[in-house]
Amino acid sequence: MLSCGKEMVALHPLSVSELTNQIKAALTQPALQSVAVQGEVSNFLHHRSGHMYFSLKDTHSRIKAVMFRGRNQRLSFTPKNGDTLIALGSVGVYEPNGEYQLYVDMLFPQGIGDLHLAFEDLKAKLEAEGLFDPGRKRSLPLLPRRVGVITSPSGAALRDILHVLRRRHPGVNVLLFPALVQGEEAPESLVRALSLAQNTDVDVLIIGRGGGSFEELAAFNDEGLARAIAQSDIPVVSACGHETDFTLADFVADCRAPTPSAAAELVVPLREELLAAVTSMRNRMVSALRRRIESERRYLGQLQHSPVLARPEHMFRQRRQRLDELWTSLGRFQRSALVLRRGKLAAAVGKLESLSPLNTLARGYSVCQNERGEIVRQAKQVSLGELVYLTLQEGSLSCLVEERKP
Amino acid sequence: MSELKFEAALARLEEIVRSLEQGDAELDEGLVLFEEGVKLARFCNEQLDQAEAKIEIMIDQGLIEPFEVKES
Repeated sequence: MLSCGKEMVALHPLSVSELTNQIKAALTQPALQSVAVQGEVSNFLHHRSGHMYFSLKDTHSRIKAVMFRGRNQRLSFTPKNGDTLIALGSVGVYEPNGEYQLYVDMLFPQGIGDLHLAFEDLKAKLEAEGLFDPGRKRSLPLLPRRVGVITSPSGAALRDILHVLRRRHPGVNVLLFPALVQGEEAPESLVRALSLAQNTDVDVLIIGRGGGSFEELAAFNDEGLARAIAQSDIPVVSACGHETDFTLADFVADCRAPTPSAAAELVVPLREELLAAVTSMRNRMVSALRRRIESERRYLGQLQHSPVLARPEHMFRQRRQRLDELWTSLGRFQRSALVLRRGKLAAAVGKLESLSPLNTLARGYSVCQNERGEIVRQAKQVSLGELVYLTLQEGSLSCLVEERKP
Repeated sequence: MSELKFEAALARLEEIVRSLEQGDAELDEGLVLFEEGVKLARFCNEQLDQAEAKIEIMIDQGLIEPFEVKES
């Protein structure tokens, strides 16, 4: 423990990184994440990397600022030292140097109206909410049955839209939702028209007006309108009549057209093109089927000309021949089997003969049997005066026993 | 088929054309597809042939009137 004034401080020092991280966290409070600050540019450096480094200062203070390449590419002017500018951005910490600085998203020359600033602020907010995400954008129907148009019934925009729609496809129905496109009440009027349109059968909506200054287009930069467009169930095409400047309606719409005429072109395809596409598909279908039928017919022809169908007797002739062949080979087999068996029989007979007593008799031996047919092997088996029978190789003898020797 | 949208009809027609061109269906299936395709093509043509376009204006919720275009 160290004594440090009145307090006792535990000696668990932070690393520099830890402290820097805490400072960084403290600086991420919302109020510092979206700031507009006005000051004079000094130490301006447009680095080779494309990033811009400079300071903004007033009479008492100075803050370092960086505007990365991806951001400063959108600038329509090049800042220089001494310029008084308004910077939009967020405060952050550059950890390697332990410096806090302003990360600039957008720069405006001094004297830019509050309207522009509010626009940029609102744009950043809606963008952060994801309202401009490409993933949210819906595709437009190929051929809308009814096109909804939200604009002034007396404006040039409507005339242009109707003209182009009719030229491209005379059969497209239009439902007009009249709205104020300028002035205080315009945003509310546009939002109301948009909500009316939701309950109709229009397939797509065009919302817009002819060209105008930034102030005249203010209604299309209204937050309420932007949100209403984002929430529309029907795909929305914005047409605010300005080639270069985008309104919030443009950013949030499913599709942005530079002019009302261009919106009409986007919404309705050329009738002739679609007719040609349908005709071409019909023709492809017919010729595909025709090819198919021709190929089936060729195949059928091949089958009809195949030997079997063309001359069916061939089939029998062939089979008869085969049958003959089989007969022949069967006979061959039988014969050879007979020969084999004969050989086996001869061998068996030979073996049998070698076992027969007849062979022994042939060598001059004889077999002696008594009257009961028993083979006599020992002299004591017979009595004197008994008859015995001798079997010779040829014939037999009946003999009277006159003498016995053991 | 009246509820069918042009877009869906055209997409189905494309599918049928591809299938017939690839010749992967049996012939009798192909004939059924062909018949469907002819109907779809006719439907698409009918949709494109609607000549009488209505231009209307919504005065208020549910109140729709024909709209006269003033040519300038």
